[in-house]
Amino acid sequence: MSWLENIRPKIRALVARDIPENLWVKCPACGQMIFHRELDANLKVCPHCGHHMRIAVRERLASMFDDGVFQEIEPPKAIIDPLKFRDRKRYTERLRDAQSASGARQTGGDAAIVSHGTMGRINVVIVALDFSFMGGSMGIAVGEAFVAAARLAVLQQAPLIAVPASGGARMQEGILSLMQMPRTIIAVQDVREANLPFISLMTDPTTGGVSASFAMLGDIAIAEPGANIGFAGKRVIEDTIREKLPEGFQSAEYLHEHGMVDMVVPRQDMRKTLIRTLRHLLRPNPPANVVPLKLGKKKALKVDATADGNRSEIKSEGATRDTNGAAAATRKTATMAKSDQASDDAKKD
Amino acid sequence: MPTFLEFEKPIAELEGKIKELRHLSDGGSLNIADEVTRLQEKVERMLRTTYAKLTPWQKVLVARHQERPHALEYIENLFDDYVPLAGDRVFGEDLAIVGGLARFDGRSVVVIGNEKGHDTDSRLKHNFGMARPEGYRKAMRLMRLAERFHLPIITLVDTPGAFPGMGAEERGQAEAIARSIETCLDLETPLISIIIGEGGSGGAIALAAANTVLMLEHAVYSVISPEGCASILWRDGGMAQEAAEAMKLTAQDLLDLEVIDEIIPEPIGGAHRDKDETIANMNRAIKKALNNNLKIDGPILREKRREKFGAMGQRGLS
Repeated sequence: MSWLENIRPKIRALVARDIPENLWVKCPACGQMIFHRELDANLKVCPHCGHHMRIAVRERLASMFDDGVFQEIEPPKAIIDPLKFRDRKRYTERLRDAQSASGARQTGGDAAIVSHGTMGRINVVIVALDFSFMGGSMGIAVGEAFVAAARLAVLQQAPLIAVPASGGARMQEGILSLMQMPRTIIAVQDVREANLPFISLMTDPTTGGVSASFAMLGDIAIAEPGANIGFAGKRVIEDTIREKLPEGFQSAEYLHEHGMVDMVVPRQDMRKTLIRTLRHLLRPNPPANVVPLKLGKKKALKVDATADGNRSEIKSEGATRDTNGAAAATRKTATMAKSDQASDDAKKD
Repeated sequence: MPTFLEFEKPIAELEGKIKELRHLSDGGSLNIADEVTRLQEKVERMLRTTYAKLTPWQKVLVARHQERPHALEYIENLFDDYVPLAGDRVFGEDLAIVGGLARFDGRSVVVIGNEKGHDTDSRLKHNFGMARPEGYRKAMRLMRLAERFHLPIITLVDTPGAFPGMGAEERGQAEAIARSIETCLDLETPLISIIIGEGGSGGAIALAAANTVLMLEHAVYSVISPEGCASILWRDGGMAQEAAEAMKLTAQDLLDLEVIDEIIPEPIGGAHRDKDETIANMNRAIKKALNNNLKIDGPILREKRREKFGAMGQRGLS
């Protein structure tokens, strides 16, 4: 490579920074022009036709966690270029380029980001694939990250949410990419064995070795509108059956129709839907009624609010009782039961 | 008359000559036995040298050789008392995956294999070994059956890949493969896989997340076909030879990468040249693998399998 080739993109990057371009984005579906701020505020969904454009992975994560706050874990170490692969370009070069573009040069990051934080005050671990990093393809590093995410979920007793956006296996890692399929499936089994929910949130695209492994094994399967989800690529299928595929084939809606996903959820409703779903799975008991606390003449009431699940203990005039039963309301002192959920909600609003 | 591959042309010519000479000697009393023996030795030598250094692409061709023994041929010759079982109980019967109860070395087992077919009719019938979701769901059903009755499972892998068709997608090809892999990993009974020809991508691993993975000497096993890889990475399907080279899909490479456990030797000139020898070699290797795995308790087999695949990708080529 000559020095000129090397330096040209750098110069371009330097110059380009100051030019405010892309202020307006044209929706690829309806053709309407959208102001970039509006598009960002709408999570990259066209306000005119509802078309879901690709969203940067960290932007997505911020839209899911409480207050947009989350922590990323350091990418686990993985063997680099195990096959010494070279096509028209060396794989190590391709990797380096992708890492520079995604700003993961220092950390040695790859196409998977493992994050944790709270969603509706529920501790969750989210592993998301970055489509802009070599098509979100799954090689050893992605497998490693997925396994780490599952471990973290089990350790924290938190549900695991996977957000695939991937064309499939990383071809440059050959058979070792294929082996990440069983590997990630083992990680899913570990989460399941810990009795924690595993939710798969399929975004555009979810195909190949990623769809044929962890992505399709969600306890709950959610897809984003219009996302391309399937095993084989459309072109391959067309070449095999020698005919054009119908409009909407392998779309999220098509999968829903064929019973392959539970629901198709617009990006703006995703967080809400996930929280509702997780609450059903993790906090199945209804929050007990909260009766206003009437303080009597004696200030003898002591509330020991060690909220564990739906059971809370109330110490009233030396008597300790379980207050989940309704009979407890007969005493002069009001029964007060508090579920952590109720308190959570109260705190939040 | 065997079918020769492009790179076997010199061998084909010599064998033609031998045939001709034999034909001549049938008619006359010419003593050409010496000449025939000499030529035969030469053929032998050429086969040996050619097959000792097959390029990855040549291996792909050998693995796809139309006369190479396929799953049903192995089932017929390696197993007794085969009771074929059919259907996924959900949608249909997919003959791209065959399987059933059988006896190996006197012991009842479940055998499952991708069948490619050996002539036009049977190839169509078995869809060239490319399974649809029904096929994988049938395989899962058979695996669970085996587990319930404490039967070891032997899978024979030979597929270009899962079938890329509309119906297959409609019925959840990706899900079927994912669940099939999951089932392999979950079983509390010995699971032994042999890559006998083409181990094509997800369609192969769906049956091959096994305790012991064996591979015939000239079989190939990869994440995508060399043609597919070439058309994606080189944007030119014609670069398949280069892709085959780069992908490390030979048994020898996969042994180095610890993806497979053992290579089963093939007779000189490939499995199809001496089927008896191939079958004898297979028999020996399966027996050994089975005996090793039968010593281990079910839950530990499961744990070991999960440990094995959980560690995949820790090792690269030196």
